[in-house]
Amino acid sequence: MAANPPIQVIGLRKAFGAHVVLDDVSLEVRPGEAVALVGPNGAGKTTVLRILATLLRPSRGTARVAGYDCAQETERVRAHVGLLAHGTWVYEDLTPLENLKFWATLGGLPRGLDALHGALAAVDLDRVADERVRTFSLGMKRRLALARVVLARPPVLLLDEPHAGLDQRAGKWLDGHLGGFKAAGGAILMTTHSFGRGLGVADRIAILTAGRLAFDAPLHGLTPDDVRRLYELHAENGG
Amino acid sequence: MTSRERALGWLAGLGLTAGLVMAFGVAPREATQGNVQRIMYLHVPAILVAYLAFGVVLVASVIYLWGRAAGADRLAHASAEVGVVFTGINIATGAIWGKPTWGTWWTWDARLTSTAVLFLVYVGYLLLRGMVDEPDRRARAAAVVGILGAANIPIVHFSVKWWRALHQPSTILGPEPSPIATPIAATLLVNWIAFTLLFAYLLTARMEIARFEETHAG
Amino acid sequence: MTYARRTWIVLWKDLLSERRSKETLNALFFFALLLLFLFQFALGADRERLTAALPGLLWLGFILSGLVGLGRAFLAERENDCWEGLLLVPGDKSAIYLGKVAGNLILMLLVEAILLVLFAVFFDVDLGAHPIRLIVVIGLGTLGFAAVGTLFAAMTAHVRAREVLFPVLLLPVQVPVLLGAVKATEAVLLGEPLGAVGHWLGLLAAADTIYLTVGVLTFDAVLEA
Repeated sequence: MAANPPIQVIGLRKAFGAHVVLDDVSLEVRPGEAVALVGPNGAGKTTVLRILATLLRPSRGTARVAGYDCAQETERVRAHVGLLAHGTWVYEDLTPLENLKFWATLGGLPRGLDALHGALAAVDLDRVADERVRTFSLGMKRRLALARVVLARPPVLLLDEPHAGLDQRAGKWLDGHLGGFKAAGGAILMTTHSFGRGLGVADRIAILTAGRLAFDAPLHGLTPDDVRRLYELHAENGG
Repeated sequence: MTSRERALGWLAGLGLTAGLVMAFGVAPREATQGNVQRIMYLHVPAILVAYLAFGVVLVASVIYLWGRAAGADRLAHASAEVGVVFTGINIATGAIWGKPTWGTWWTWDARLTSTAVLFLVYVGYLLLRGMVDEPDRRARAAAVVGILGAANIPIVHFSVKWWRALHQPSTILGPEPSPIATPIAATLLVNWIAFTLLFAYLLTARMEIARFEETHAG
Repeated sequence: MTYARRTWIVLWKDLLSERRSKETLNALFFFALLLLFLFQFALGADRERLTAALPGLLWLGFILSGLVGLGRAFLAERENDCWEGLLLVPGDKSAIYLGKVAGNLILMLLVEAILLVLFAVFFDVDLGAHPIRLIVVIGLGTLGFAAVGTLFAAMTAHVRAREVLFPVLLLPVQVPVLLGAVKATEAVLLGEPLGAVGHWLGLLAAADTIYLTVGVLTFDAVLEA
């Protein structure tokens, strides 16, 4: 598996017209590893995720998931990736169970009642499995989105600011899940703004400023303050 | 201006001049309608070329959806614009022809109605293009309209034909052998070729402009 | 048979959501009622004029409510980025298109049934003694409308000025369907058998087939954000 890392980005460049969002970004995530992509607004973090999720095509460079090219082999990549972005993909008038059934059927995932209830139980939503999602809090909707990913069991997870809008308890709970996912060999790339909770289960930190990767190293031994100082150092110099 | 454009421009100019000369010199004066009937030599070639233009839009749209080549999108856009212009010329000359001969600028007969529908569909195509900024999404959306608009043409043709008819029965595109006299046919042919050359010239020029805009806007 | 299952689940989701919220159906019901008043004010109490114009009025009502209803076709998808989810679904996305068309078709047929009842009641018109024939004609016409309408609704969902662009694009394409449907409806209401309007029905069926085919072939491209 060393030949095909779960996530691999080489010389990635993305421009929207004249506006260059990413400029020569290279990154790799190994199995069982979680990398936190940190950077100021507009640095291009979400763009990296969206390219890996096959929602955008790179202007130059390659993005690969499990060895498959994100621009050329989109179907294969989509089968290996779970995306948790800002939108929760939740239909407000349906119940969690119905929402899961919908996405499971469309995605060719297990759709039996046992599997669906199991996924809901894993995210602690099985008690409200039959209530309309319209009544849910943001944290609960995020958990429903996670249930969808639990059902799919992809080897790669792409998370866009997963802790945003979650309270302390939900955040801890999410970290627990991500930890389990890593332990099972999954790879995680997540973007975040904050350095405390936001770094969560990350093993490595990569700082992205003005479309370039300014720093990429393991988090082992670094305190949140260290990280903040590093960030300010690179974010200030960035560009 | 490229040399190809210049050559096409000259050829088109030559063709149009020849067509004009023939329209007044070779073609006979129509018995009942008089000289106004000569506008047919503008009116008929215009719509024939418009159909050609929209056919090009169809093919270019399919090619774009297939391989996402920006050139195909530029071609579709340019051809749609030129096609709308020629359809407009057809409708306008038709109205000018119709007022003295039928007594009215417009009627809802089969041919007029289907031409008007064609005009509206592709004006809509151009409006859509104007409202989407992102190049790839614009090209994709326009391609869908371009394909549907063209696929719809036979449906429009039959539905409107069965609905009414006041127009002359089609002498060129009809199934029966056409009863046209040779001088008229020759004049029509020359004008048709001239208009097709004009179409090619306008298309090439428009695409040059589009290419220029793209490289200087990005 | 996963294609059929995926088409079905999209239809199921739309119908279930609509049954729960009833937003679109309620709004369209009142819209239909308002249309009735509009027609009344426009045409007055002249029963002969009304009967003569009836097929056209019916389809005018169908089209106007259809425009309002179809404009909302992808509203739920725009909430919570569900659109993104649909885009990332593996395999052929045209199943989603067909599911959506089916859902929109059913919704439009429901509203059309309401309009028919309202017409019969408020204008005291005889809708003819042949409901099956009427259903066939209305069904074929509405299918064409739903097929193109769903495609264009998806296409304009992320475009600015979509509320005006959507009808501007849809209506010229629908002209032949409208013509055929009105002519066929007129004949059916006069008691003619379906055989008498066979050519119109054939045209409508051909149009429906072409529209659905183009939709199935191009929906993937339309869905991409």
